Amino acid sequence: MQDLRALYEEVILDHNRRPRNFRRHPDAANRQAVGHNPLCGDQLQLELRVENGVIQDVAFDGAGCAISTASASLMTESIKGKTVEEAERLYRGVHDLLTRDGAGDGLGKLQVLAGVRAYPTRVKCATLAWHTLEAALRNAGTPVSTE
Amino acid sequence: MSRAADETLPARAAPARPFDPARVRADFPTLAQTVHGKPLVYLDSAATTQKPAVVIDAIARYYRCDNSNVHRAVHALGERATQSYEGARAKVRAFVNAASEREIVFVRGATEGINLVASTWGRANVRAGDEILITAMEHHSNIVPWQRLCEQTGARLKVAPITAAGELELEELEALIGERTRLVALAHCSNALGTINPVARIIERAHAAGAVVLLDGAQAAPHLALDVRALDCDFYVFSGHKLYGPTGIGVLYGKEALLDAMPPYQGGGDMIRTVTFERTTYNDLPYKFEAGTPHIAGAVGLGAAIDYVSGLGLEAIAAHERSLLEYGTALLREVPGLTLVGTAREKAAILSFTLASVHPHDIGTVLDHEGVAVRAGHHCAMPLMQRYGLPATARASIGLYNTREDIETLAQGLMRARELFG
Repeated sequence: MQDLRALYEEVILDHNRRPRNFRRHPDAANRQAVGHNPLCGDQLQLELRVENGVIQDVAFDGAGCAISTASASLMTESIKGKTVEEAERLYRGVHDLLTRDGAGDGLGKLQVLAGVRAYPTRVKCATLAWHTLEAALRNAGTPVSTE
Repeated sequence: MSRAADETLPARAAPARPFDPARVRADFPTLAQTVHGKPLVYLDSAATTQKPAVVIDAIARYYRCDNSNVHRAVHALGERATQSYEGARAKVRAFVNAASEREIVFVRGATEGINLVASTWGRANVRAGDEILITAMEHHSNIVPWQRLCEQTGARLKVAPITAAGELELEELEALIGERTRLVALAHCSNALGTINPVARIIERAHAAGAVVLLDGAQAAPHLALDVRALDCDFYVFSGHKLYGPTGIGVLYGKEALLDAMPPYQGGGDMIRTVTFERTTYNDLPYKFEAGTPHIAGAVGLGAAIDYVSGLGLEAIAAHERSLLEYGTALLREVPGLTLVGTAREKAAILSFTLASVHPHDIGTVLDHEGVAVRAGHHCAMPLMQRYGLPATARASIGLYNTREDIETLAQGLMRARELFG
C-alpha cells in the first residue's frame, strides 16, 4: 500500500475525485482536440480559448482512469492564464518527467505525476491529456490516439 | 531413443486422484513467486493460462532430443519429430472427439483458424447478398475476419443481440437465420462475460436453414468437455495457450467434406503433392492447410497439455471451477459498489465487473500491488462494451489452479481499492 501511494498521491486522488475545469464548451472556445487511448477506452475532449497567445480559458470532458483524469485536471489548472509558449514548455517538461527521468524543474504541482514513471503501462494514461493539448494548440483536426 | 512414454497415454484417461487444487498448483512453476512482495494470485487465465511443468518439459525434451523437420526426413530424428507431431494431432482428435485426424488442422491459434475459414471457405462460398450471422458478444477475432469477408464479397454481416445479463436473445437470433444465411459464427463461451451459449440448439436451427456453423472455442476448450460430433458443428477453433499449452499453436477442426472442398489457405511446402510451373496439385487433408514447417514444438506442448488436463479430468476441472465461480460471485456481490457484468445462468469461471468510482485500470494497478493479476480493458470486444455503455471492465478469470483463498485475496484487494479511491 505504501509504494502504491507514490502513484496515487493525495493530489492525484483529489483531482480524480473533483476534477477542475471539468465541463464542456467554455465561452468562445477557439481551439479543441479529442484524445483517445484505445487500450483502456479513455476518451478526452479538450477545449481552449486562446487570445493574443494567452490561454484565457480551458475545459475538459470525458471518461478515464484516475491517472488520466487527474493529469488532465492538473494540466488545465497549470496552463490557464499561461502563454502558448509557456504551455508548450510545460508539455515538454511533463513529457520528460514521465518518460526520460526529467527532473521536473519548474513544473510545480505537476511534479506529483513523477510517480507514474515507475508504471510503464500507465504512462500513456498520464500523457493523454498533454498530447491532446499539443494537438489543440496546433489546432490539428484529427483525433489524438495513444496508439 | 524411444518415443516419450506419455505420448501413448489415452487422451481421456480417467482421473487418477480426486481433484486437489493445492497439489495441482504445485505443477505450475510460475505460480510459485511473489509479486510486489505478495504471493502471486493469477486470475487472468482467460487471457492466457500458466503452463504446467509437464508442458514446459515436453517442449524442452523435443528440442533437446528429437528436433528435426517433419514429414520428409528419412533419418531417425525426422521420424521421431514426425511421430511427435502426428501424435499430438491424434491427441487433439480424441480431445474434441473428431471422426478423423484429417479433420484436425494445426494453426497458430483460434484467430488464425477463423481467418483460415473466412478466407478459404468464405471466398469459395459467400456471394453478394449472402448473410453471415455473428453475435453481440464476439471477440474481435470473430468479428473482423467476417467483416473483411463481407467487404470483399458484398455479403452482409448480421449481429444477434444479447440481454442485459449477457445471454443471447435466442428468438431474435433464430429470426435472423434465413435462406441467405451462409454461416453462423459464435463463441461457445464468451471471453468477456463467461456466458456459455446454447450452441447445440443454434447449430440445429442453422443447419435446418442450410447454413454452416463455426464455433469459437478459445474460452470453452479449457472449461468444458468437447465433443464436436455430438455438437454437430461444422468448424471449431481453439488456442493451445488458453488450454495450459504453449502460445503460437491452435486447432481448426472442420468436417472432412467441408475441408476437402475448400481451396488451400497458404501456398508453400508440405501442402502440395506435385508442383510444376504450369500446375500444382495439393496434398491430402489436413496437410493441404499446413503450408511451411509447422510449429512442431508447439504441437508437442499442446499434446502434453491435453494429456495433463485429461489426466485431471475435464469434468473434475469444470466442477472445481464452477464451485469457485459460485464462491467468487457471492463474495464479489458483497463488495459495495461492485456490479457484475455478465450474469448468465450458464457461465464459465469468468468474473467481469465494474466498481463505482474506481476505473478498471486503477483496479488493475491496485490489485497488482496485492499480487493479484486481473485484466482491465475492453477484452477485445469493443462492440460488447458499447452494448453495456462501458469503456472497460475489470475481469478475474479462473483456471484449474485457483483456490478459494485466491478469490478471497481478490475481494480484499477490491476493498482496498474502494478505500483508496472512496
